Amino acid sequence: MIGIEHYLVVGAILFVLGVLGIFLNRKNVIVILMAVELILLSVNINLVAFSAFMNDLVGQVFAMLVLTVAAAEAAIGLAILVIYFRNRGTIAVDDVNRMKG
Amino acid sequence: MIQTLAFYLFASLVVASAVMVIMARNPVHSVLWLILAFFNAAGLMVLVGAEFIAALLVIVYVGAVAVLFLFVVMMLDIDMAAMRAGFIRNFPLGLAIAAILLAELLLGIGAYQAGGLQLGTPDGSGQAAMGASNIEAIGTLLYGPYLLLFEIAGIILLVAMIGAIVLTHRESKPGARGRQDIGKQISRRPEEATVMKNPETGQGVEL
Repeated sequence: MIGIEHYLVVGAILFVLGVLGIFLNRKNVIVILMAVELILLSVNINLVAFSAFMNDLVGQVFAMLVLTVAAAEAAIGLAILVIYFRNRGTIAVDDVNRMKG
Repeated sequence: MIQTLAFYLFASLVVASAVMVIMARNPVHSVLWLILAFFNAAGLMVLVGAEFIAALLVIVYVGAVAVLFLFVVMMLDIDMAAMRAGFIRNFPLGLAIAAILLAELLLGIGAYQAGGLQLGTPDGSGQAAMGASNIEAIGTLLYGPYLLLFEIAGIILLVAMIGAIVLTHRESKPGARGRQDIGKQISRRPEEATVMKNPETGQGVEL
């Protein structure tokens, strides 16, 4: 019998894989963005699982908002990536120091 | 029985493809594995009856976001070998942090399984009407009590679209070929733009 815990465990594993992806690919900002997408996907799985479990559709409405924000974030992140590549000729993000931060 | 089988199929595939997303050598392969992960997550959501979110996941992520990623990966000329440097060096630290995080999350789920805190009960406002399909029920909610949320989502998308265009738009240099100079266009007078000629038959016109 599949309960909500199964869904929560899948969500947890996906979240951890996303965080691990950020750590492993510290240079490659494209893969970092994909890892962020994985994290947001795990959040969506959790929201939908609780929504189904509690018979409350508001969770699915909120999952839709998370999806919207994820899409907007990907678009802006990739746009920044493209102009960064145009200016510097590389996307190695671990030595970004233009702003001396 | 078939539900259990389907759940384990989708869950194991989504986890396996997530592993491949972060491990693949080639970012193009990463994007393709990401697409597989999204398809299987959509399957997981169909299993609990959230068809609308599942369809949205496939349309938005696979149809838009993944294609965007593919375009960018193929557009940029990146040295993949240099990008992989440090992968092994970061591995132990990343794995340790991931293990701690996973232990914490599983601890939380275990505590929830032992009996969740009673923070309140759903007031029933989000409950699906009897007999209504998932999409119908979500539509009733979205265009009813959550209309503001829906419009905010639209504004977010509009801002992201304009932002992406403004960021990547390249202004061409003044005087470059094909550039439109509106001031020059509207300051043109008919007298200087056209000439009347009455050429002899068989002779050309010298402009």
